[in-house]
Amino acid sequence: MDTVLAITFKGGVVLAADQSNARSIISYQSNIDKIKELTSHSAMGVAGPNCDLVRFTEYIAKNLALYKLNHDGTQLSTKAQANFCRSELAEALRKGPYQVNLLLGGFDKDVGQSLYYMDYLAALEKVNYGAHGHASNFCLSIMDKEYRDDLSEDAALKVIDHCIHEIHTRFLISQPNFMVKVIDKDGVRVVKFGGDPADT
Amino acid sequence: MSILEYNGAAMIAMAGKNCVGIAADRRLGMQAQTVSTNFQKVFPMGDKLYVGLAGLASDVQTLHQLLEYRLSLYELNEERKMSPQVFSTLLSNVLYSKRFGPYFIEPIVAGLDKDNKPVLSGSDLIGASVSTDDFVVSGTCTGNLFGMCETLYKPDMDPDQLFETLAQALLASVDRDALSGWGGVVHIITPTGVMTKELKGRQD
Repeated sequence: MDTVLAITFKGGVVLAADQSNARSIISYQSNIDKIKELTSHSAMGVAGPNCDLVRFTEYIAKNLALYKLNHDGTQLSTKAQANFCRSELAEALRKGPYQVNLLLGGFDKDVGQSLYYMDYLAALEKVNYGAHGHASNFCLSIMDKEYRDDLSEDAALKVIDHCIHEIHTRFLISQPNFMVKVIDKDGVRVVKFGGDPADT
Repeated sequence: MSILEYNGAAMIAMAGKNCVGIAADRRLGMQAQTVSTNFQKVFPMGDKLYVGLAGLASDVQTLHQLLEYRLSLYELNEERKMSPQVFSTLLSNVLYSKRFGPYFIEPIVAGLDKDNKPVLSGSDLIGASVSTDDFVVSGTCTGNLFGMCETLYKPDMDPDQLFETLAQALLASVDRDALSGWGGVVHIITPTGVMTKELKGRQD
């Protein structure tokens, strides 16, 4: 079962996700990237079946790119992107649902950092930190204890490390590799990963 | 486990003397796990009309947007404000239109009509509505809420008494329900304006 974690800090958002693609007793891959970049300054960590992950994220990302082309280079704000995702999920819910749980993080010049938690039923909430999957049972309490309003980027990365360490210690399912990305005023960048997604 | 109890909610709307109040909890959960303690379930639909949406969180947000759209369209077409009775009927019809694939919402409506008299109504998920002059409740602990309201309610309360009654009734009810609580919000609607207060109760 996928793990997606996210925490905001002063000036950005840290997103982390496990890198395993497995079903039943088989592990297909251990280096997939579940944190999809949507625009230059936003990304979403996705938990769910690989097919829905790919179809949904590419659909959203391409629609956001279309918006930018149609509107003379203006990008949608993170809040607008999150609400767009929500309405697509809500419409699909009673037709052909995407079984994806999301943590959408972004940085806007006027608002700063923001993080949106969304479940597969399309309930949307702005949060300071969040976690999806079974690992949420282990990690949310760690984040409750360690989150502060004025975290630095290093402190936020440390909190994520504590969460990943807890998952490695106590979570039954083996998730050795984690992808960690940071979104700040300079955009989305990879901080570290366990398995290189480009390694085919 | 019922889909109406997946996210958790508790809300009350109660009438006073020329005023009406609506209160709700702030928890957003996924069954046993709490995701947010800041989730909005009561929405202003005009300066003297509030709607509380209890049930599946996704449908709370979808229905809120749908009702805003329908209200705006009405006000643009009719060139007048929508009265609470009309809004209640609209809500009822919207819910029944999805009779065989419903929105998982059990709403309550609280407002003041053009003579500043309280209007209260509640509905089930397929639009069967009821109109009362004392109080309506909805959510995952309606048993608790009914008991508290029946005990604490008295007619013709002024805004301050109404606030106190709503706050005590809500907090006592959610403390015995695992799926609701984590704070509350109360709106008191009077002819001169709306008073909103946040409640801090047991954070569990």
